[in-house]
Amino acid sequence: MNRLAKAVWEFVVGDDWVTAAGVAVAIGLTAVIASAGTASWWVMPIAVLVLLAASLRRPR
Amino acid sequence: MDAAKGSVGDTEKAMSGAEFGLAISVFLACTVEAVEALTIVLAVGSARSWRSALYGVGAAVLSLAVLIAALGPALTALPIGVLRVVVGGLLLIFGLQWLRKAILRAAGLKALHDEAAAYGIETDQARAAGEAPTSGLDGYSFTIALKGVLLEGLEVAFIVLTFGANQHRVGLAAIAAGVAVALVAGAGVLARAPLARVPENLMKFAVGVMLTSFGIFWSAEGAGTSWPGGDAALLAVIPGVVAASVAMIAWLRAGARETPPVKATG
Repeated sequence: MNRLAKAVWEFVVGDDWVTAAGVAVAIGLTAVIASAGTASWWVMPIAVLVLLAASLRRPR
Repeated sequence: MDAAKGSVGDTEKAMSGAEFGLAISVFLACTVEAVEALTIVLAVGSARSWRSALYGVGAAVLSLAVLIAALGPALTALPIGVLRVVVGGLLLIFGLQWLRKAILRAAGLKALHDEAAAYGIETDQARAAGEAPTSGLDGYSFTIALKGVLLEGLEVAFIVLTFGANQHRVGLAAIAAGVAVALVAGAGVLARAPLARVPENLMKFAVGVMLTSFGIFWSAEGAGTSWPGGDAALLAVIPGVVAASVAMIAWLRAGARETPPVKATG
């Protein structure tokens, strides 16, 4: 079971857990803002822009 | 999204823009991965045993088909809000990985994938593994072909499942993947050589853009957002992702002018 979980983690997240965590946080933030009745469509595009730029700056 | 109201496998009705995007994304992703798998199969087939390599391909394709057939209906049974958050999030994680590598390659900071070099390496390794048995199954050819096709295919199966399930068009996604595999296999049979002239990085860039764009759209919708203009917002999201990616390539190139170019690898 552990090996399966590790394989799934490797397959989905790979070596960039920061981006995966950032995506999860951005989705959560979108949900929180949307539940307050405020426009939240702008959160994901901005988050993706920041996450992509940050991932490109990390060592390759 | 209206497209999500369609039935699974219903490929006869007219395609919406999102469904066209789904088909193109799956087709391009599958073509790229199939080209890489073809290189491995050609190498072990020509160096050792065609029969065993093709058995390995068959076993891998069967495994992937079973995976899609088993998980597709399970995914489409999820509530649409949950499905969009999960699928959108996963597509974003995958799309950003594809896009990151494609941007780094376009900027010259990561080696381009060279099919001819990969073919040479695989062929050398296949020959170094000893003589293939004259009768019966060659375990090396079978295993390498099975592993190569399965690993390359898993990513495509994932894209077929997530894209297809969210649109309730797993059948359409599977057809797009099947057409790509058939085209690459046909080209491989005709050429009897790795398809080194396929613009892999451009295709990977396009796949990365599509996965990221649909990931942004669906994950936000699943989290409760209403996009201005509804589905038409995708017509702004996709060009926006392209423009940002091109700007990042230029930014990285500008920063890398002082460093020597990276050599291609297999």
